[in-house]
Amino acid sequence: MRLAGLKGVVRQAGSVAATLLGLLALTFFIGRMLPNDPVLAIVGDQADQSTYDMVRHQLGLDKPLYVQFFLYIRAMLSGDFGDALFTGHRVADDLMKVFPATVELATFAIIIGVGIGVPLGILAAVYRGSLIDHVARVVGLLGYSSPAFWLGLMGLILFYATLGWVGGPGRLDVAYMDSIDTHTGFMTIDALWEGDMEVFWNAVSHIILPASILGYGSMAYISRMTRSFMLEQMAQEYMVAARAKGLSGWAAIRRHAFRNILVQLVTVIALAYAFLLEGAVLTETVFAWPGFGHYLVAGLLAGDMNAVLACVLIVGIIFIALNLLTDLLYRLMDPRTR
Amino acid sequence: MTALQGPDRTRPINAGLRDWLTADVTTSPWQARAQRVYLGWRRLSSNRLTMFGLAVLLVLVVVAALAPVIAPEGYDAQSLNGRLAAPSAAHWLGTDDLGRDVFARMVYGARVTLMIACLVAAIVAPIGLLVGTVAGYFGGWVDTLLMRINDVFLSFPSLILALGFVAALGPGIRNAIIAIALTAWPPIARLARAETLTFRNADYIAAVRIQGASALRIILRHVVPMCLPSVVVRITLNMAGIIITAAGLGFLGLGAQPPQPEWGSMLSAGRAHLSGAWWISAVPGIAILLTSLAFNLLGDGLRDVLDPRSDT
Repeated sequence: MRLAGLKGVVRQAGSVAATLLGLLALTFFIGRMLPNDPVLAIVGDQADQSTYDMVRHQLGLDKPLYVQFFLYIRAMLSGDFGDALFTGHRVADDLMKVFPATVELATFAIIIGVGIGVPLGILAAVYRGSLIDHVARVVGLLGYSSPAFWLGLMGLILFYATLGWVGGPGRLDVAYMDSIDTHTGFMTIDALWEGDMEVFWNAVSHIILPASILGYGSMAYISRMTRSFMLEQMAQEYMVAARAKGLSGWAAIRRHAFRNILVQLVTVIALAYAFLLEGAVLTETVFAWPGFGHYLVAGLLAGDMNAVLACVLIVGIIFIALNLLTDLLYRLMDPRTR
Repeated sequence: MTALQGPDRTRPINAGLRDWLTADVTTSPWQARAQRVYLGWRRLSSNRLTMFGLAVLLVLVVVAALAPVIAPEGYDAQSLNGRLAAPSAAHWLGTDDLGRDVFARMVYGARVTLMIACLVAAIVAPIGLLVGTVAGYFGGWVDTLLMRINDVFLSFPSLILALGFVAALGPGIRNAIIAIALTAWPPIARLARAETLTFRNADYIAAVRIQGASALRIILRHVVPMCLPSVVVRITLNMAGIIITAAGLGFLGLGAQPPQPEWGSMLSAGRAHLSGAWWISAVPGIAILLTSLAFNLLGDGLRDVLDPRSDT
């Protein structure tokens, strides 16, 4: 048993390493092989041949391809993503600065997604075919089908410009900007750290709309999965047995059915969290939210491959890491996998 | 021959056709096939939501095909005097910041959206089917290699990877289609592989193999057709996401370039006039939502008919 477990871990490590290598190969391929000349991007098309060759040499592009790939892997693994031409900083430093904003947004979004999605999914399963089931289905379908960037714009018109219920684009009102020091990079936590409730509530008013829009998609996904997991459990015979023993409907659902879907639910939530990074690209653009997605788009529009590929690579790594993590959690939480 | 017999001629043609389609005993493979299509259609058409989705898509196809008739002024006719006009009888959906009729641009935009959807499907289906069936049929190191490559692509969210490709290829609608197709094939390949695995050891495959059929022939003639229904369902469902991704690329200015009327870029162009002329952004968004919703509904219905195993 012990040995088999060890073997599984080794195999998993090998598979993760292979995927990681593939990830690096793919970003390398995108950066070097496709018709985008990094030398031209730096020197411009007016440069003479000697300047061109010099820059080409500096970038190491005159070396054989496998040497370039090896150097690329070494640089990426040591966290050296090169310089971002459009900000003038190292990409790694830029990313450190923008990531907390995205993580804060995604965390609020997933709280909204789980907080609404799970109860909605349970209710839809318990009262299958009822009004609430239909409502959950329609809400979910619209969540799958609506472009988040459009919802964001409409939300800004309605809740910010017309009703004035929430803050506008950005993380804070201009008046509050730079009024608190950065400790964690999470605006709400930093405000609490300083004990400045005014800034805290301003930050909350700014994050609530983008987080709701971003969280809507995950809410749709989570409620749909919760519903189908619950239906599966409720059809099991142990539920009949629990009822026959005299347990009331909701007690059986809470103590038996819901507890049994927790493991699956954790996997779904982790996956939903990972996909928030994708949603962040467009949501952050709409809300001028200075996070990772905003940075990626700015890099794209500036034609800065270093920044773009670093972002792509990081998202890939986060995905692999989250998958690995849910796998481990699954093993820890589900006694059958031991 | 039967048409010459007495009783048949007095019947309405419809009844004859329906009898033929619902006969208990079929007389030809063609009749059997027609019966299956007919029964599938009856199940599909009994679902009202599916029919709604199908209707929306049909309307879209008609609008795209008849665009010059519906909107004779074209998508690029500017009238700078009538900029940002509100919806009216002359301009049903108002005008944009160059005085172009938003309705006309929406109509021509349907062409762009449908073209993206069709081209992506036309690229993704063969690649996904080929990779998936080859991996599933041969197994061994071929399977391992192909699925490793698949895993790498699957470890990115599609929009992020598409952005990476567009960054390298350059903006434009052709490159957007290539980028989306490159990110959309892995789930199809994985599905086709899973399907192939379920029947690659089936007796009928073994029978064909013993008859001396080549691997290529077995895959193309006997494996691929078996995978088709679930692949069609999956592509229809994925089309919803593909349209949103395409619109997202357009929104970021990386897809269709002006003056081409793409819904995503129209939405983006309206951002500057949100407070005064909200319809410029609102209308394309609703169109994207409806189209994507239609694909979702149709895909759900198709799944119920074509792929009875998976029910959620």
